[in-house]
Amino acid sequence: MINLSSTLKISFRALWVNKMRSGLTMLGIIIGVGAVIAMLAVGTGASNRISEHISSMGSNLLIVLPGATTSGGVRMGSGTQPTLTTADAEAILRECPAVSNVAPVLNGVAQVVYGNQNWSTGIVGTTPDILTVRDWPLVSGRLFTYQDVRRATKVSLLGQSVAENLFGDMDPVGQIIRIKNIPFTVIGVLATKGQSPQGQDQDDTVIVPVTTAQKKLFGTTFPGMVRRIMVKAKSTEELLSAEKQIAELLRQRHRIGPKQENDFTVRNLTAFMQAAEESTKVMTILLGAIASVSLLVGGIGIMNIMLVSVTERTREIGIRMAIGARTWDIRLQFIIEALTLSLAGGIAGIIIGVAGSIILSMLAGWITIVSVFSVIIAFGFSGLVGVFFGFYPAYKASLLDPIDALRYE
Amino acid sequence: MPLIDAQDISKVYRLGDIEVRALSGVSLKIGKGEFVAVMGPSGSGKSTFMNILGCLDKPTGGRYLLEDIDVGSLDRDALAGIRNKKIGFVFQGFNLLPRTSALENIELPMLYDGNSARERRQRALEALHSVGLEGRGEHYPSQLSGGQQQRVAIARALVNNAPIILADEPTGNLDSKTSADIMELFVKLNSGSDITIILVTHETDIAAYSKRAVKFLDGSIVSDECKAGS
Ligand SMILES: Nc1ncnc2c1ncn2[C@@H]1O[C@H](COP(=O)(O)OP(=O)(O)O)[C@@H](O)[C@H]1O
Ligand SMILES: [Mg+2]
Repeated sequence: MINLSSTLKISFRALWVNKMRSGLTMLGIIIGVGAVIAMLAVGTGASNRISEHISSMGSNLLIVLPGATTSGGVRMGSGTQPTLTTADAEAILRECPAVSNVAPVLNGVAQVVYGNQNWSTGIVGTTPDILTVRDWPLVSGRLFTYQDVRRATKVSLLGQSVAENLFGDMDPVGQIIRIKNIPFTVIGVLATKGQSPQGQDQDDTVIVPVTTAQKKLFGTTFPGMVRRIMVKAKSTEELLSAEKQIAELLRQRHRIGPKQENDFTVRNLTAFMQAAEESTKVMTILLGAIASVSLLVGGIGIMNIMLVSVTERTREIGIRMAIGARTWDIRLQFIIEALTLSLAGGIAGIIIGVAGSIILSMLAGWITIVSVFSVIIAFGFSGLVGVFFGFYPAYKASLLDPIDALRYE
Repeated sequence: MPLIDAQDISKVYRLGDIEVRALSGVSLKIGKGEFVAVMGPSGSGKSTFMNILGCLDKPTGGRYLLEDIDVGSLDRDALAGIRNKKIGFVFQGFNLLPRTSALENIELPMLYDGNSARERRQRALEALHSVGLEGRGEHYPSQLSGGQQQRVAIARALVNNAPIILADEPTGNLDSKTSADIMELFVKLNSGSDITIILVTHETDIAAYSKRAVKFLDGSIVSDECKAGS
């Protein structure tokens, strides 16, 4: 039977006697674990940021843009003018079963004035469904209605940045602002949305009925013209079928022959962002893998020191064997020593890694997130390293011949 | 039934092509409570024989029965168990663990025997007392004289109540006054508690403390004398 508490005591004592050496050996593990934690924190931070962007865009979102696509991005369809209309938007909602909400958008930049404050911002002319499509709630006031859209009333919803810049702490609801010198009643204020994936402030915006934008603010080159149509699919699973249904419908409506290119593009932002998220995950794993190489090197350091220690203590091993230590008594003693080194190094490495992540995010401005998962993984891995690299020296020690070991000088 | 029954033991070391016959056909019976001195010139096979008796080594020929158990059939861990419970070693060079207090050195055999910490400490203190080193328990080997270190080693050999103590030149590193003290201690242990003591020496005045003298020469026993009156 193996006496664990005494074996622990023996191991701790041996490590304590060689404090300097133990510390230096641990350093390898400390750096390894610290690097793994910090790298995973950087990677997790990056992918979390992307996930946040996806949800800030609105889930299951498709964007229909005028013009044909090339693999690189959007170019205008040759010979055709931008062709999307509010009627297209209505048709999509009516005829595509995979679609739940549609919001056509006509936008532009305009000066917004309240009292002696003025602010240049993006004006978005759209329908009430935009808030559902973008998962964007109001914090105060009310949404405009489809009746407002039909009548092209002069009502507006303010983004947080616009509200703050024009009104400060004041409640904008019910106030009159002027857009391009036309008075608009503020009927609601939007919740904070934050930055877009492209780094734009999404709260720097004013939303008005699409018809008002068409008729009073920006004008149209043909009736009902919009710059894009935002579409929400019924579910993530139906995103692709929604994309197909929209393309078919629009080809039909725009009378595009079988050999002709589309004069519009359906962009699946969710898929794009998911791909980005996927690649950050791969990057995270890669960073972690590179960092764990140093953990491995730390493990080899432990093995090295344990081998030295076994040789140095050959006589001690001989004495223990003469007195009755069995194979596993000797093995456990050295494995526990290696494990203690690696786990103590692991704990110190976790502390260093967390501190490093905080410093990194302060210095480089990166978002770093230390996940519980990465801490558990790093700690578990360092334990594994200890057992793995401690086993060979322990095995060697246990196979010594007691007489030879006792005679060892 | 003898405690120790060595039957026609031989030990051959092979160093490449050369064969070294350390023991050739040694037979010896030792009963419980005997005090045997093993004598002979250097290289005559005394240590080799002691290592076999102590289950640290196996003979290449012959049979060794310890309390009727054929030791040759046992594996490594079983032999370790026998060393732990039946045999106490005392070495010429003391063989205490450095940077480990006297008491902890004495506790060592009990570590491998699954005793509670409290019982270990209790028995170690008793053993320390029986070798006359009360109050020295916290000293490290480097803080003790040679004689005191050997007493700690003897306490360590006693602490598991082993019936046999094997001492290979235990006084070899000590001056004659200290040697005499250590021998007195062995005599006291032997007469007081029936412990069997087998002790290697090449000094006749050390051997004089024993009750029986076995002489080795070139790997064989050449004489085996019991002293008158014992
Ligand atoms: N491990 C070994 N390898 C080879 N020869 C050995 C070994 N141990 C002892 N011997 C030889 O065996 C013989 C007996 O040695 P030993 O038992 O140590 O003698 P003693 O203790 O009586 O001085 C010597 O000739 C010695 O050289
Ligand atoms: Mg010898």
